[in-house]
Amino acid sequence: MAKNISFTIKYWKQNGPKDAGHFEERHMKDIPDDTSFLEMLDILNEELIEEGKEPFVFDHDCREGICGMCSLYINGTPHGKTERGATTCQLYMRRFEDGCTITVEPWRSAAFPVIKDCMVDRSAFDKIQAAGGYISVRTGAPQDANAILIPKENADEAMDCATCIGCGACVAACKNGSAMLFVSSKVSQYALLPQGRPEAARRAKAMVAKMDELGFGNCTNTRACEAVCPKNESISNIARLNREFIKAKLAD
Amino acid sequence: MATINSKIPEGPISQKWTNYKAHQKLVNPANKRKLDIIVVGTGLAGASAAASLGEMGFKVFNFCIQDSPRRAHSIAAQGGINAAKNYQNDGDSVYRLFYDTVKGGDYRAREANVYRLAEVSANIIDQCVAQGVPFAREYGGLLANRSFGGVQVSRTFYAKGQTGQQLLLGAYSALMRQVHEGTVKLFCRYEMQDVVIIDGRARGIIARNLVNGKLERFAAHAVVLATGGYGNTYFLSTNAMGCNCTAAIAAYRKGAWFANPAFVQIHPTCIPVHGDKQSKLTLMSESLRNDGRIWVPKKLEDAKKLQRGEIQGRDIPEEDRDYYLERRYPAFGNLVPRDVASRAAKERCDKGFGVNNTGLAVFLDFSEAIQRLGRDAVEQRYGNLFDMYEEITDVSPYDNPMMIYPAIHYTMGGLWVDYELSTNIPGLFAIGECNFSDHGANRLGASALMQGLADGYFVLPYTIQNYLSDQITVPRFSTDLPEFVETEKAVKARIDHLLGIKGKRSVDSIHKELGHVMWEYVGMARTKEGLEKALELLKGIRKEFETNLFIPHIEGVNVELDKALRLNDFITMGQLIAYDALNRNESCGGHFREEYQTEDGEAKRDDANCFYVSCWEYQGSDEKAPVMYKEPLKYEAIEVKTRNYKN
Repeated sequence: MAKNISFTIKYWKQNGPKDAGHFEERHMKDIPDDTSFLEMLDILNEELIEEGKEPFVFDHDCREGICGMCSLYINGTPHGKTERGATTCQLYMRRFEDGCTITVEPWRSAAFPVIKDCMVDRSAFDKIQAAGGYISVRTGAPQDANAILIPKENADEAMDCATCIGCGACVAACKNGSAMLFVSSKVSQYALLPQGRPEAARRAKAMVAKMDELGFGNCTNTRACEAVCPKNESISNIARLNREFIKAKLAD
Repeated sequence: MATINSKIPEGPISQKWTNYKAHQKLVNPANKRKLDIIVVGTGLAGASAAASLGEMGFKVFNFCIQDSPRRAHSIAAQGGINAAKNYQNDGDSVYRLFYDTVKGGDYRAREANVYRLAEVSANIIDQCVAQGVPFAREYGGLLANRSFGGVQVSRTFYAKGQTGQQLLLGAYSALMRQVHEGTVKLFCRYEMQDVVIIDGRARGIIARNLVNGKLERFAAHAVVLATGGYGNTYFLSTNAMGCNCTAAIAAYRKGAWFANPAFVQIHPTCIPVHGDKQSKLTLMSESLRNDGRIWVPKKLEDAKKLQRGEIQGRDIPEEDRDYYLERRYPAFGNLVPRDVASRAAKERCDKGFGVNNTGLAVFLDFSEAIQRLGRDAVEQRYGNLFDMYEEITDVSPYDNPMMIYPAIHYTMGGLWVDYELSTNIPGLFAIGECNFSDHGANRLGASALMQGLADGYFVLPYTIQNYLSDQITVPRFSTDLPEFVETEKAVKARIDHLLGIKGKRSVDSIHKELGHVMWEYVGMARTKEGLEKALELLKGIRKEFETNLFIPHIEGVNVELDKALRLNDFITMGQLIAYDALNRNESCGGHFREEYQTEDGEAKRDDANCFYVSCWEYQGSDEKAPVMYKEPLKYEAIEVKTRNYKN
């Protein structure tokens, strides 16, 4: 059975990328603990609107942990702390103690400028994807799907890599603001599949070059990204990306 | 009276699409470069269409309301995608997929469109595998399949419980490749507000930049809407928070017919509603019905104890459980189509057998599957869904049966389109969930992904050329033309009006009220009186919206204004659904009128009087009742029968 909790929420307000930004504080009373974190913010916004105030802006959409739109830095952790990894929208208030203070901030990274409050611009990820995150196949009539045999282990591993939702938590958690977990997951998915092999070297080089160009930092293997990834992407993907990248460079 | 021409090609059903493609007009490569196409939406239909059209050489402008095309709600589809590959050697064929889809749709879909869908289904799997979509495989390296509701073969391809995600990421990768090539230009965080008509043809759109709040004009030779369904009219649904029907309603207000709006799908396996602060409902994939058994207690006193929280599902012995789907529908059991399963759950709960504190839930039990297959195998198949369920409800489905209840999920109705996927406004096309044509009165599981990608990869890129072939001498339009100026002015006036209301109610509070009326009177069981009452109540909601709405005045990002503009159109949509439901004097698929049922509570269709597609035409004002035209259905290949899932 649900119980009610009360707490203080400190949330980030920032009017555009150039504004310095500040925290605002509010006491939330008697919130049922089976409320989701974003529903709690809906309640906050209803209260603000009722008082004629500006609502708190944050990205969200599917609210079932798959679209990758929600992106809140909660009590110092991207998406907040859960045992098995979850997006902000899959975080429930039963994870918080009665009487606590909850701090909500945006993803903070040079490559993700703030648009408003906790809504940030992640179009850099789209640009990396456009640089090479695909297999060059035309719409039309490729060979029969079963003509390509793929061992189950490879297919399963490719699937694990492909599970990345592009939320950017990895970048937000990294002290260097590196996007290596995101990039390596995509590179790995294709590198593990026979369809992706012909372009593997070109893809790794192009995506890494774009990532560097867009101002993401380097990877220093602190594994902060892996710890916060809501889809449990593994940093062994980064090792695979490095191998692909070195192979490609040696071939140059 | 309008004339309805569905442009179905001549010839036997299996030859129609082949003949069409052989004889349609094409646009040569040099001319493609001179033609612009606007695609609104980046879900499976929108992204695959934009990518394919760009690759063919057209100049494409692609719009989405999210921050990236990859976030479109197709991403949330879980279970799988159907295709008539017959890889399992279980007797599947194009005809059988066609037949199952028409039957599952309760004989209200357009035969020729569905046949084409079944025909291209196999190409979709080939295309997606070539793109690197990691479908589930068997140990031998071949593709794996599973079974879905309403069919007796295994034709569903899947990628864990994230098939929609993987297919969308495949389409997204193809789209981004075209962005890189420069053939597609992306406009993220833009929302279409209206379509611009010049000399009777769609020639552009007015879109609102959701970051700076400004209106912008875009011109093209054709406009394609791939903006999804209207499930959020009900406020609580499995749709994403941003899903809306504004683009479709804008087209409707400009004269495009809205077809079969009453056909709304209520999905049987969602996590039950828990409170009034809830913002959305979470779907538990239909694939769970492959191994999960649905039941409620046989004894009313057990149900009462469950409702009071005194006992749990696992405390009830086997002999006291009523597996009501297996009991009522022995041939299909737990895998009956969605509309049948949803109504059966409601029937049990209405009789008092509900299993949670609200009395609005039934059990979906895996204990038998865990015994039969072992916990590991069950975890392998459904692990991520079980985790999600536990995160939301704090109950582990490994130890206790899941609780589920039906919720609004998908809308079969949509903009009317002909065989070429063109609306009745020349140059305005609608694809994916946004149109009405393929699912009749009920969609089968794993068919939405199939239709979205069929339309986007394999149908529209052909049919749109038949339209564009005589547009090659039409130069690009200036957005300074009076039609653009006037349309933008009207949108601006609408926004200023909403901002000027200065009432007391938030958008969400009014939207919730709309949702309650829709669910109560226009939901799973409808009556003439209820629908008439709904239409009255909707007038009140419209008035409340127009006079008591509050939107803060903010420059730039203004989420409340985004939502208000959508709610305005949801109210219109709600009226359309109610009008159509009132007009359709039969029960079929997702549309159940209590007056029309058999003695044992099954839907009673009326093929003599209701064998048609309803096409609603706007009459210039939301206050005026829309006018309905009928497109009679003509079945050549399939004999129309009562659906039977019992034996």
